[in-house]
Amino acid sequence: MRKYYIKAVQEALFEEMARDERVFLMGEDVKIGCFAATRGLAARFGEERVIDTPISELGVAGAGVGAAATGMRPIVDLMFGQFLMLAYDQVSNQANAMRYMFGGQTTVPITYLVQNGTGACLGPHHSNSVHPLFMNIPLVKVIMPSCPKDAKGLLKSAIRDDNPVIFFNHTFLGSMKGEVPEDEDFLIPLGKGEIKKEGKDITLCAVGLMVNTCLKAAKALEKQGIHAEVVDLRTLKPWDKELVLESVKKTGRFLAVDESYHTCGAGAEWVATVSEEGFSDLKCPASRLSGKEIPIPFSPELQKYAVPSVEEIVGKVKEMLK
Amino acid sequence: MEKSKLMDMYNRMVMIRKFEEKAQSLFAKGQLAGFLHLYIGEEAVGAGVCAALNDDDYIVSTHRGHGHLIAKGGDVNKIMAELYGKVTGYCKGKGGSMHVADFSKGMLGACGIVGGGIPIAVGAALSSKLRGTKQVAVSFFGDGASNEGSFHESVNFAAVQKLPVIFLVENNGYGEFTPQHRAMRVENIADRAIGYGIPGVIVDGMNVMEVYETVKEWVEKLRNGEGPVIIEAKTHRKVGHSEGEEVFLDRQVYRLPDEEKTAKETDPIENLKEYLLDNSIASVTELEEIEQAAEAKIEKAVEFAQNSPFPEKEELFTDTWV
Repeated sequence: MRKYYIKAVQEALFEEMARDERVFLMGEDVKIGCFAATRGLAARFGEERVIDTPISELGVAGAGVGAAATGMRPIVDLMFGQFLMLAYDQVSNQANAMRYMFGGQTTVPITYLVQNGTGACLGPHHSNSVHPLFMNIPLVKVIMPSCPKDAKGLLKSAIRDDNPVIFFNHTFLGSMKGEVPEDEDFLIPLGKGEIKKEGKDITLCAVGLMVNTCLKAAKALEKQGIHAEVVDLRTLKPWDKELVLESVKKTGRFLAVDESYHTCGAGAEWVATVSEEGFSDLKCPASRLSGKEIPIPFSPELQKYAVPSVEEIVGKVKEMLK
Repeated sequence: MEKSKLMDMYNRMVMIRKFEEKAQSLFAKGQLAGFLHLYIGEEAVGAGVCAALNDDDYIVSTHRGHGHLIAKGGDVNKIMAELYGKVTGYCKGKGGSMHVADFSKGMLGACGIVGGGIPIAVGAALSSKLRGTKQVAVSFFGDGASNEGSFHESVNFAAVQKLPVIFLVENNGYGEFTPQHRAMRVENIADRAIGYGIPGVIVDGMNVMEVYETVKEWVEKLRNGEGPVIIEAKTHRKVGHSEGEEVFLDRQVYRLPDEEKTAKETDPIENLKEYLLDNSIASVTELEEIEQAAEAKIEKAVEFAQNSPFPEKEELFTDTWV
């Protein structure tokens, strides 16, 4: 059945809270559900398990860590990726480190849920793509789906995972529609990417909204006789290197397309790995398109230039195929 | 108070003191690497608090955490081995002095980030509330940590949720090397409680009986749904912030003369000893036996640690992903 992306997220939350009573949700206005994903959960599961919190990202993120380390499986909704930065200590020094630094005495099964990315004209404090900041810390899983089906399957897996997971929903994808399986045990394994479109001339690699932008670019390229393959990593960490290298073996060209910043962005990691491990398969240097290194501007006319566009991808691909 | 309880607390304090004095001398001889923050002078706080808790109640500690773990029933062999970085330590040598933990005793970890443990204790209390277990959580932290945002966010959130957590401030008068009056305008951190609509209580942290009685009373209240509370224990560091500090301080003086005099003249262990002897509760021989037994136990702990192997290189990648 075709459903909105946000509905798929909501279904995953409902199903997992019904499945396991250790799962609970907390965050600012989760009862009302600002983005609709958490709406209705309090009525179904009660206010004990669906907790509205003060606007205290650090405190709430850390309370999640303490609850996770003592037998619960919290989902902490912090609304936006850039708000997650207020909680950075608890994610990058505590949640991820606890199991290791205490010699395996505990696990921290926590899911942080946030929105991330450009496209909704939310200005410099609500539009940035912060996922590389979390790829750069050890022992957290980082997810960003590109469609309703993946959102549901990945979120269910994230909640069942015993490691800390940062789950980025792309802000602009909430109203996207797509097929979503009804099966309550429909899971997509974390760390596994998917080829969203096959092609033989170049590998386009992306997550989230950019997968859709790449698919549009691939469609435009088809008309010009260029067959691009689109790899959706789905999980940013640990990422499906094998799938990417396999694709590059076939196409001989690699273009990373990501909204995050150029310097140490997600694309930097992919290009470095393809260059290191797939060099002999490359017909031209692996390359990347990234977000411009500025705070994301508000104006709809400016914002669209801040992240890679269909035109930019098409232009870059043609340049690489010359 | 019953003699058995008094002797139990005396025993805990003496064990902490002997452990810390031994660690101090080992550090001075160059046998221990890294930072070493000792609890000498503050023993009555940890011992009094933990004597009022059940085994399955939670505590979350600070960078000055050996004493908390010993007070909660930790194994001195495993603490000493951790200080040596040995595989037989609590964290297999991965945590060290600032990260000792024993989840089986409800000790959810010492913490190297000032204020980093406060949200985690709130989470443990939330978890206890959700699971309906009536376990209480105690968050130990210092006067310095009460200036962190994590303190504010955690106390406020716990207050709103009425969580069974005691915010136990160990006010030793210094945040690292900065005297309290230069870091805040209030004299009593307990006074900050009014800003959260919860009680704030002050105890003499050099008097273990007072600490115990007060905490005991609050633990009962918290088990019956009251909470949270800030309890401020006024205490003194009889040592510096960190062992070996005179080297990098380069003879600069930071202790306030009056406070330093008090710190030297007051001793929580001597205070209890005097009470026990003056009231003929215990004999000199009984107390000496406790001291000798503790010394012997610590000697054995050092032997255990020294004879234990370092972790193998393979240990680098264990306790990572679950």
